[in-house]
Amino acid sequence: MKNRIVVGAHYGLKDWLAQRITAVVMATYTIMILAAVMGGATRSQEAWRSFMSHGFIRFVTFIFIISLCYHAWVGIRDIWMDYVKPTGVRLSLHVLTLLALIGYAGWAIQIIWRL
Amino acid sequence: MPEVTRQRPKFLALNEIRLPLAGIASILHRVSGAGLFLMLPLLVWLLQLSLGSTPESVTAFKAVADNLFVRLILLGLVWAFLHHFCMGIRLLLIDMHIGVEKQQSHKSAKAVMAVSLTLTLIFGLKLLGVY
Repeated sequence: MKNRIVVGAHYGLKDWLAQRITAVVMATYTIMILAAVMGGATRSQEAWRSFMSHGFIRFVTFIFIISLCYHAWVGIRDIWMDYVKPTGVRLSLHVLTLLALIGYAGWAIQIIWRL
Repeated sequence: MPEVTRQRPKFLALNEIRLPLAGIASILHRVSGAGLFLMLPLLVWLLQLSLGSTPESVTAFKAVADNLFVRLILLGLVWAFLHHFCMGIRLLLIDMHIGVEKQQSHKSAKAVMAVSLTLTLIFGLKLLGVY
């Protein structure tokens, strides 16, 4: 028992990496949108609508939404794991977080795709 | 469980423990992330209203966005986003072994706080319609 390697299975490595990749995706998207806004994408509601309905913007916005939800899932799950000890409560919070994020993702994608 | 052979020092005088700046910036990364998560429905809702095609949705967006309470929440979210963004870059750099030393990490934590607060002020004044 003494020499048991508890980290031998790379627990959490995948999520650790995903957290970083999604962060870079979101940061890039943010800078892109900020540049577009400074370039006048929000000067009128029509301009904003036509900007967001552009095929490429729709594509990257979809990736942004998925990245955000994955990133938020890992982050919020870590908060529950750090502060909530009773298994039942923790499991419920995990499930609620997941369901909420899946719902938000569907809602946001539907907004973009209906344009 | 192996027996604890040595008495470990304890220092749990909570009023005397000072969290270093990097620690404050770190816990604020978590706080800001949690805040952004909690307010996500509001942001998606605002996105929906801002992209609405009917005149009613445009009016609704203006009504919601002009509400002072909503603006204060948005101001908080602007800070949360900026802090999370800047701190995220700092953490990515540390992952790449840049700025790991104590002195550098203290400096970068300071920079994160300064940049995010300054930008919050700039965006916040814009949001509240000062300029």
